Amino acid sequence: MPWLPVAGMAHPRKSTRRFVGVDPTPDTAAHDEVPIDYPGAVAPAREYMLDVGQLNIAVHEWGDADAPPLFLVHGGFDFARTYDVFAPLIAAGGWRVVSWDQRGHGDSDHTELYSWDADLRDAAAVMDSVTSRPAPIIAHSKGGSMTIQLADGQPYRFSHIVNLDGIPSKRALPDVPDHERTRMMTTDVSSWLDLRRKVTFASRKPGTIDELAERRGRMNPRLSREWLRRLVTVGGRHDADGWRWKIDPAMRMGGFGPWRPEWTLTRLPGLPMPFLGILASELEVMGFGTMARHVMPFLPEGSRCVQLDGVGHFVHIEQPHVVAEMALEFIGSPSESRP
Amino acid sequence: MSTVTMLQHGKVSLALHRLRDGDGSRALLLLHGLGHHAPSTAPPWCEAWPGPVVALDFTGHGLSTVPRGGGYSAEMLLADADVALSTLGQATLVGQGLGAYIALQLAGARATSIRGAVLADGTGLAGGPAQPLAANVISLPRRDGPPDPYALFELSRDLRPPDYATVFARMAVEHSGLDEPLTISAVARPAWLVAVADEVGVAHASIRDALATYALIT
Repeated sequence: MPWLPVAGMAHPRKSTRRFVGVDPTPDTAAHDEVPIDYPGAVAPAREYMLDVGQLNIAVHEWGDADAPPLFLVHGGFDFARTYDVFAPLIAAGGWRVVSWDQRGHGDSDHTELYSWDADLRDAAAVMDSVTSRPAPIIAHSKGGSMTIQLADGQPYRFSHIVNLDGIPSKRALPDVPDHERTRMMTTDVSSWLDLRRKVTFASRKPGTIDELAERRGRMNPRLSREWLRRLVTVGGRHDADGWRWKIDPAMRMGGFGPWRPEWTLTRLPGLPMPFLGILASELEVMGFGTMARHVMPFLPEGSRCVQLDGVGHFVHIEQPHVVAEMALEFIGSPSESRP
Repeated sequence: MSTVTMLQHGKVSLALHRLRDGDGSRALLLLHGLGHHAPSTAPPWCEAWPGPVVALDFTGHGLSTVPRGGGYSAEMLLADADVALSTLGQATLVGQGLGAYIALQLAGARATSIRGAVLADGTGLAGGPAQPLAANVISLPRRDGPPDPYALFELSRDLRPPDYATVFARMAVEHSGLDEPLTISAVARPAWLVAVADEVGVAHASIRDALATYALIT
């Protein structure tokens, strides 16, 4: 698993990406631009590519390189740079904050296949490259759910888990009659298959910074336009015909499969490390809609779950200082993590 | 002698083998078992099939692309089979092992295009459990040539809840317009197949007999 240093990571895609088959959005005309300023936002101190089984995973770090490591995991359709405000607050607590773009997201490779199991494997590879000791982890949304799954199978990796609105529960999927379930599945499956038939030639729609910010705002309706505009300049690239989100156009929200959201919740009681859940109270399209009362019965000994009033799914973006303070207090001093 | 057409599914190239030409009627599409590949010649049990006989290599198998870093799911193989179906229009399916599970899904998902599906014994028929196990996160060494070790690992432990499988059976029955759109020829009966076998509209017969019935459907 060799490191692939990328000079300044200014053009990571150009120097290290490999595509098999069709790359619908060749970046020969792409160029990076300086991110739009946002109060408190700080670019990572170190960025590099990690070769994970012939796949390049983009790693982003904030804080002192010699400080104890703390992992930060992003959610679905996000990327590590969405932590540009939150990560520096954690790093200021004395941590080496290590985050990465999940496959298909941010600056990591677009791959042939995507699955949670593959995401877990990539995550484990990043963690193994940083430390063999238990480390704290803060994870949002899908990243939070993935982390519970990984902690259930490999608990030795984590000293503390802070989960940011990333606990799926059955509540979001009400029981429906069998015939209605069949109808919904028929629609979901045929729609997904229609997309797969066309995905070879799919491309993210180009636009101006404002247009991409407006599109993302539909999924992130509570986040400010200024923040969304900055995200375009760190999570998008500027091609000759406009800005595009870097995320693989083969990916889409939703889908179907045998997985059930309540299965994540049932892993919680067995976790041996302290667990802090910080949940939203405002329902959003990107969130699981889980409330603290759904989680409480499943919390292991020594764990906590709080719900932030008037806050949406992106708790760490809406309330970065509050959430960072809660996380740092829960995890404790980094000096206790030194070997 | 079979001929091979490469189809594109996202970043994966899929090999579709034409094992035998037919009389211009509906194609028979064969879906192989886990770790296997399309046969090089038409199997004897389909000798009476009047139309062409074609067979797909799933992602990571046969002549199809071996992806980097795994990430397999039965649902993505369903999409492989659907890409093949898009070139055939309509088809009757014979799925063996893992291919039987995919054939069930395709028969439900594309009920008006699939004119009968036969679920037969083969490798990977059982799949994984009905509920998830603890995360088994391992990295596998790449081997020269197919099948992809990640396909063998991930598709032998993918979740197959019986009530998830029966939804596809009901989709096939409800939307195909056929009295018995599914036929089980498999002797082995993992839990998902036991549940499907109990559904209305599911017949039980040998592959040969099932194809004789489905060949009469227009």
